[in-house]
Amino acid sequence: MVRVLVCRPRNRRRSAAQRAATMQETRDSIADIWGPRTGHTGPWPVRIDQHLEAEPDHWVQSACVLCSNGCGLDIGVKDGRIVGVRGRAEDRVNHGRLGPKGLHGWQANHSPARLTKPLIRRNGRLEEASWDEAMGLLVQRSKELISQHTASSIGFYTSGQLFIEDYYTLGVLGKAGLGTPHMDGNTRLCTATAAAALKISFGSDGQPGSYTDLDTTEAVLLVGHNMASQQTVLWARILDRLAGPNPPQLVVIDPRRTYTAEKATVHLAPRAGTNLAVLNGLLNLLIEADHLDHEFIKQHTEGFAELRKTVEKWTPERVERLSGVPAEQLLAAARIIGTCKTLVSTALQGVYQSMQATAAAVQINNIHLIRGLIGTEGNAILQMNGQPTSQNTRECGADGDLPGFRNWNNPAHIEELARLWNVHPDKIPHWAPPTHAMQLWRYCETGAIKLLWIQATNPAVSMPELARIRRILQKEDLLVVVQDAFLTETAQLADIVLPSAIWGEKTGTFTNTDRTVHISYKAVEPPGEARADFDIFLDYARRMDFRDQDGRPLIPWTTPEEAFEAWKLCSKGRPCDYSGMSYAKLTGGSGIQWPCNEQYPDGAAHLYTDHQFNTHADYCETYGYDLVTGTERQAEEYKAHDPQGKAIIKAADYEPPHEEPDADYPLWFTTGRVVYHFHTRTKTGRARALQDAAPEGFVQLSAEDAARYGIEEGDLVEVRSRRGHATEPARIGGIEPGLVFMPFHYGYWDHAEADKRAANELTLTEWDPISKQPHFKYAAVRIRKIAAR
Amino acid sequence: MHLGNYLGILDHSEKQITKAFEQVARHHHDEPDIEQMCQKLSAWSREHRGKLVPYLQRYAEKRSSEPSRLKQQLFAPPRSGGLGLIRDLHDLWLLTQEAQLCWTVIHQAALALRDEDLKATCEFCSSRTTRQTDWLLSRIKQAAPQALIVD
Repeated sequence: MVRVLVCRPRNRRRSAAQRAATMQETRDSIADIWGPRTGHTGPWPVRIDQHLEAEPDHWVQSACVLCSNGCGLDIGVKDGRIVGVRGRAEDRVNHGRLGPKGLHGWQANHSPARLTKPLIRRNGRLEEASWDEAMGLLVQRSKELISQHTASSIGFYTSGQLFIEDYYTLGVLGKAGLGTPHMDGNTRLCTATAAAALKISFGSDGQPGSYTDLDTTEAVLLVGHNMASQQTVLWARILDRLAGPNPPQLVVIDPRRTYTAEKATVHLAPRAGTNLAVLNGLLNLLIEADHLDHEFIKQHTEGFAELRKTVEKWTPERVERLSGVPAEQLLAAARIIGTCKTLVSTALQGVYQSMQATAAAVQINNIHLIRGLIGTEGNAILQMNGQPTSQNTRECGADGDLPGFRNWNNPAHIEELARLWNVHPDKIPHWAPPTHAMQLWRYCETGAIKLLWIQATNPAVSMPELARIRRILQKEDLLVVVQDAFLTETAQLADIVLPSAIWGEKTGTFTNTDRTVHISYKAVEPPGEARADFDIFLDYARRMDFRDQDGRPLIPWTTPEEAFEAWKLCSKGRPCDYSGMSYAKLTGGSGIQWPCNEQYPDGAAHLYTDHQFNTHADYCETYGYDLVTGTERQAEEYKAHDPQGKAIIKAADYEPPHEEPDADYPLWFTTGRVVYHFHTRTKTGRARALQDAAPEGFVQLSAEDAARYGIEEGDLVEVRSRRGHATEPARIGGIEPGLVFMPFHYGYWDHAEADKRAANELTLTEWDPISKQPHFKYAAVRIRKIAAR
Repeated sequence: MHLGNYLGILDHSEKQITKAFEQVARHHHDEPDIEQMCQKLSAWSREHRGKLVPYLQRYAEKRSSEPSRLKQQLFAPPRSGGLGLIRDLHDLWLLTQEAQLCWTVIHQAALALRDEDLKATCEFCSSRTTRQTDWLLSRIKQAAPQALIVD
């Protein structure tokens, strides 16, 4: 479950003088994260949140990139410099609101630590170089490796932070230019399970519902998702419903008493690794009580009988014995979920990064399928994204998926791409699924990948088992290229560093969790010689001289808008259809949801309104998986029983986690986030108000465990697993006994690496068999007090 | 009647699979997915052997004196690296094929004997053997290009 804690900021209330210095700040989002309540019925009222350091001379349209919510905002610019942001009242996502990260994160653009020149490692040290030298070296090594080992010796580890135009360009140059199967993103750590679960149940990726469903729904089920900290503006939308005349009932499944859990009608706090048992228990109660839409199940689904058989043994008593969730609480939750006429369910890292990630996420889809609550107003499944643009990594083929949700196992889909790009179908790697990130790092470790190009992500802090990741990054036979705006912990270990422009310094589009596409315009110039990621990819493609089968340049576009037009063609006819959008249409008003085409010129709030799902054999993104072994089903088998538009109910039984507490490591360990930081703090750690609000990590433990180990609030506590150790001050309470929590944001760019503190020093190198998402949410640890406060 | 013999061959085959998956999990523990999945699939074959026990007893007296199969000479010495992994998964795949064929043969006999219990056991175990085979094949297909070309 998501163990996301809201930090207790050091100086919660800023002085009147401090506030006066920022008169243009409409609210103190550090002290009051979600802002004042506006209880309501009907459309969500507008509230414009703003934070300015000076009066702008003009505004530039954009959207926030500091979580997956995608709040529309305008960037205030004065004398060529960003001076603040203002929420866009007309935007369907936020109705003018912004959260603390959105209101403050832009300050990182001005950081003196920005990279302004390329760097090349010479004699063991990173030294400044020209773009021509850096790109020349990258291209020379690429060509040498291709001639000696084929393009399969080159790998890409990209991000959930770039734009559609960047990803699509990257996807084409990797798949049709180089022809390497090794391209994935850090989205593997954040949303791979969302994609896998949607594909398995509905035939393709794509969220069935919308944020607007929260305005009318009768109930909300949040599984492993601390929305209050992760998507603060979306949570404000729920808080405003709770303050209104017809509040929805909330069921929260999370082992910690988070801000989200505090508002729950029913809060279930299961032991680590038992998500599937709890969800099967809920499904069993729904079936037993006949809270079912029999007609929907018959007409629009397959697999219900198997589900019934699988979950029937998960009685409330059995669930309680395994998970610690009291039977009466499970019954109370099932009553809400079983009797509501409309339901919004969400899931995030507490599901995706834990044991049986995909199997559990699929059971959330199953709740909606057996109750027939899908494709209509008030009903949504939000298999949440973690990052602002991870949806696009998935859509554009910059991760382990093919562009346009195409099926790597379907030769007709490969041929479509080959025609679009005018290359031979065999140029596009499709002999096996594209290499997932965890395997990609393994290939780097064994020497089977010899050049790794990392973009806008910081694996030296965000991957599991950091000692291993540092060792791989420092291997002599691996050329590490890092494209970033800052000298991150990862960039410090690189051989070539390419300084990149960031949000506000480049133009492009991106898509949030509920399929809303925003345009983000370049507002200011990047510092020094930093370049847009898009331009770096185009430069590489030009220098590598990638051509199509008629000898013309493989990538003919030169501007982001041209790239967007090319992407529209690629997406046309697929579920994520952008063909009805344009830069002009995205400019001036609200973001627009895909699909946007002739049928839906203004986008569509719901997919599957006719209860026809994307499971047709010739259209689906996958032929399905064995939920236990992760094996993909084959085309012949799928075609023999083509679901032809029926949704697929997949059942799975509980399996115990791969590491459990024992005599040597007696406590459960789990990781998560705090509200004021994003990922490894590369940006939020350089925005003063956010950094001051949460300057250091912590070890959260229960009062019972604190007493047992003689630990007081603030004492330095060392947490040790079989893989490493980390030390942070203790924070006591708000967590079940036997469980220890650390936020994963804190690395070493502002802290001595010898003094280990990163949560991922401790985590496991293991992953879900289907989505391949690593297991950050459980491990066995021991703790000891190092020093009193 | 030779059903007892065939049950013996199958039992031996599942025993070999159990051991072989465990060995591969141990030899390739640096590949985390291999270690975890091979342990799980080894447990499946161990469970299959447990399910065979009553039938080995039921049909034991009908066992003829035909010699058992040649001992398989796989997995020695331990292999490592990308190519070693494929060789090991390749051998495992062959072993699961033998078990699959045994389950098919015995299923046929169960049908003719109207032994409903044995029939159900064959169907359950045969479908799981297929899943073992399918996983092995997909993992081999994933690993093969890299191991043969770049590794």
